[in-house]
Amino acid sequence: MNDAPNISAWVILIAAIFTNNILLSNFLGMCSFLVCSKRVPTAIGLGAAVIFVMTCTAALNWLINDYVLRPTGLMHLQFIIFIAVIAAFVQFVEMFIERFSPTLYHALGIFLPLITVNCAILGASLFMIVRNYTFGQAVAFGFGGAVGWALAIVLMAGLNQKLGYSDVPRPFRGVAIAMIITGVMAMTFMGFAGMVAIQ
Amino acid sequence: MANNPPVPPGGPKGKQTLREGVWGNNPIAIQVLGICSALAVTNKLANSLVMGGALIFVTAGSNLLVSLLRRHIPRRIRMIVEVGIIATFVILFDLFLKAFYFEMSKQLGPYVGLIITNCIVMGRAEAFALQNPPLLAIVDGAANGLGYAIVLAIIGLVRELLGTGKVFGLTVLSGQWYQPNQLMVLAPGAFIALGFLIAAFNLLKGPQAEPGKEAKP
Repeated sequence: MNDAPNISAWVILIAAIFTNNILLSNFLGMCSFLVCSKRVPTAIGLGAAVIFVMTCTAALNWLINDYVLRPTGLMHLQFIIFIAVIAAFVQFVEMFIERFSPTLYHALGIFLPLITVNCAILGASLFMIVRNYTFGQAVAFGFGGAVGWALAIVLMAGLNQKLGYSDVPRPFRGVAIAMIITGVMAMTFMGFAGMVAIQ
Repeated sequence: MANNPPVPPGGPKGKQTLREGVWGNNPIAIQVLGICSALAVTNKLANSLVMGGALIFVTAGSNLLVSLLRRHIPRRIRMIVEVGIIATFVILFDLFLKAFYFEMSKQLGPYVGLIITNCIVMGRAEAFALQNPPLLAIVDGAANGLGYAIVLAIIGLVRELLGTGKVFGLTVLSGQWYQPNQLMVLAPGAFIALGFLIAAFNLLKGPQAEPGKEAKP
């Protein structure tokens, strides 16, 4: 077992938002990114839900991995345990939003359960295990990664609203142009690369 | 009925299901599902092929199991049951990769585990396997996996060729007249390559494919 990388949690937080953006450089969470980025308010709602779920599941999964799976040698069950934790957690958030913000609940509609299969959430948990983060680092990574994801989807929603007024060549309409815009966005985020770096 | 010519597994419907999965309703280019891994592992052709293989195995396997259990899965908890089944197949593949192709397993890293959350697998289990008999479900799973694998192979080929001038690590475009474009190997290149591929699909399918409407969850 390798030791935890000697990086401050703050560096990981900043790096996860900008230089190693989970969406733009690790391609995680693309499905809901493409579907839910039509309107800014929806994007903000989903982004907030993802921030909450990802921070909490990263922490929970780290604890479970370190205190339950590792001592009992059940590391190969990681995938199934992690996804179960995430699914249970999303259910909780769904009930919470339904109770306190029916408007948001209707806007997000069927996409909330889809957070379960949002690869970004599971991806954050898997990456933090692969990189041997400590608990503090894992939480920073989960939170930063989610903020980065939310940032990207809100930016994309803003761009998509503008896109409605532009004359896109026919075959490119819809997802194709969205992918290319995301590519350009990823290029701009590469400009942050000199700042800080994690793996 | 009895003296009909032999039909492919699943009958004539099987053939149609196969074509739908690979071309008419291609998971990546038309349904736009499972993009994450399509982008992350396609910087090399070899990686793309392994990932495609993994997806064929997992989708076919989980479709079969979900279809066999379809009368016994309670509706309310069907999601979690499906995820459990899918995760089991992914763990199988992950252990297989770790045991026999350790280098490849290291290169793919967490993306093998992320097959669990690949919307294609879940989508097929939910949309097809729950309503159809096992044999047809296998065909559908394998066809969608195959459609996915083909698209991945194309993206992998384009990115490796343009990005490094190599295919399978062998130099194809020589350095004297071709300057490799590093961008294609990096993240933005993946997005742009896929964007153009989807546009090409739209173009080939002609105007009857309604662009902008294919983004279904």
